[in-house]
Amino acid sequence: MAKPQLKRVSEYRWLIEPFGKMKVPGVIFADHNLINDIDEKTISQICNVACLPGIVKASFAMPDAHMGYGFPIGGVAAFDPDDGGVISGGGVGFDIACGVRTFHTGLNENDIINLREKSAFSETSPIGELAEALFRDIPAGVGSTGNIALNTAQLDNMLAGGAVWAVEKGFGTKEDLDFIEERGVAKGANPAKVSSQAKRRQQEQMGTLGSGNHYLEVQKVVDIYAPQIAEGFGLKKGDLLVSIHCGSRGLGHQIGTDYLRQMASQAASYGIDLPDRELASVPVNSPLGQDYLGAMRAGINCALANRQILTDLVRRVFAKIFPTAQLTMLYDVSHNTAKMEEHNVNGKMKQLLIHRKGATRSFGPGSGDLPPRYKSFGQPVLIGGTMGTSSYILAGTGESESLAFSSACHGAGRSMSRTAAAKKWQGSQIVKELAERKIIIKSKSMRGLAEEAPDAYKNVSAVVEATANAGLAKKVAKLLPLICVKG
Amino acid sequence: MWEHFAHQADVGIRATAAGLSSAFEDAAIALTAIVTDPKNVQPLECVKLECDAEDEELLLVNWLNSIIYEMATGKMLFGKFEVNIEGLTVSAKIWGEKIDQARHLPAVEPKAVTYNQLSVKEEKGKWTVQCVIDV
Repeated sequence: MAKPQLKRVSEYRWLIEPFGKMKVPGVIFADHNLINDIDEKTISQICNVACLPGIVKASFAMPDAHMGYGFPIGGVAAFDPDDGGVISGGGVGFDIACGVRTFHTGLNENDIINLREKSAFSETSPIGELAEALFRDIPAGVGSTGNIALNTAQLDNMLAGGAVWAVEKGFGTKEDLDFIEERGVAKGANPAKVSSQAKRRQQEQMGTLGSGNHYLEVQKVVDIYAPQIAEGFGLKKGDLLVSIHCGSRGLGHQIGTDYLRQMASQAASYGIDLPDRELASVPVNSPLGQDYLGAMRAGINCALANRQILTDLVRRVFAKIFPTAQLTMLYDVSHNTAKMEEHNVNGKMKQLLIHRKGATRSFGPGSGDLPPRYKSFGQPVLIGGTMGTSSYILAGTGESESLAFSSACHGAGRSMSRTAAAKKWQGSQIVKELAERKIIIKSKSMRGLAEEAPDAYKNVSAVVEATANAGLAKKVAKLLPLICVKG
Repeated sequence: MWEHFAHQADVGIRATAAGLSSAFEDAAIALTAIVTDPKNVQPLECVKLECDAEDEELLLVNWLNSIIYEMATGKMLFGKFEVNIEGLTVSAKIWGEKIDQARHLPAVEPKAVTYNQLSVKEEKGKWTVQCVIDV
């Protein structure tokens, strides 16, 4: 493949003109500094996605784009099923519907700050007690198991019903569902297309956080950028929030594994020439494409049910320590998905399959999927930071539709490998440094902490700034962590 | 002989040995090393595994995926591997123990084997196998 040339088309948009087998251009949203962080391998992954059949408009990369497997992380691509468009397991990733859920606590920092200062920074302070209790009661880390055992029939019901199933089982309230994408359930899930191995991997994992970059944070709103939208989302400076970042656990990983293998062996029979084996894809309208779609939607439901169960666990912890707390949903949005959505292509509305691999949906004001309360503000876009840095709440814009099929960034994005991070930092040192900044970190693994060191990631504020300046989403609020339970 | 190589988001593993079977064994040790020090895993329980594939590269993927499956469902770690490859079929015995949080201090959970930078190569009787693990 020839070396791609990057052309700056506006301050925050870069273009790779199609060359070789590329069917559409590559488009990267980034500022001058972030574009330099996007390495050649990531750029060649953007170009590879542009070679897939039925791709519409462009192969997009968000400002947090970095090297993935097959698709870049931070990659967005739309495929037209009526034009031979494909579905790609690698375009969704192994952690199907990994995402962020944020909720209000009804508490303001003033509610606890005095108590906290009285006992300084210790485990006997209310915030220390909360950190201990969350760490004890939320199953996290390698090999952890949940308290809910599901038999095969119950598991199938969960895979078909997502968060709606979880609420029916007593985890949370019906009101919660209004603030989840698609009201808490991916329709068209087909549990029969999920292997028995995938189901076996999930049996003991409901209500677990997982490991790696997954976390649960108690956060404080430190800045408001768009007061009207913030008010609409129910956010005030000083408010305490809780965010959960996790996905579909072992079930999703196994669905990814199972279908990648099948797609890799069938792609050639559909005349799909794969620039990279990991991009294994088949037409959306093929038997295997439909099977994967059904299984992947079951994976989305697993992630939604999992985050719903975790919400219930968090509510129980708060009820013990802060009985006045009211944990109500802000929003739940996934960033590893493929979804059928209606989009405007050259003035015509078309049903397209949008892959977002490490990218967040960013529907603008008026979108049909939004709960009535958010209709005039746009969809909350939840951007997770790293354990020492800030997280952001953004709102989808109308402009995002024409820019990148209503998509935005999903997080900071790694800038350094885990191997290098583990060599460079000590977990215990990170805990100490964050403690000095009054951030409590809880983790079972010091090496895991070193691998997740804040400096192993890009600057999340720069990523968010570029996202906002490019018009993909609007900045609403900035959050700082007080407690972080690492998976 | 095995090593981890850098990947921006995940972890690359590479193993080199005189035979393909030995390279597969070393790649499995590299997989465990993503989670914990393989030397601290005691060979208390033995699990038998079999898998096959269309080519040697996919055989490496399926072999490591079958270990990930045993790790996840059995909540186990494995430190000793005996691999026999005939044609495109792996028959293996793997030894390990239940995860002990305090002793193993597991760093991260391998989710799956990707096809990224996947290769199985033989040069002058020396086999080198590599792939990237999603964590």
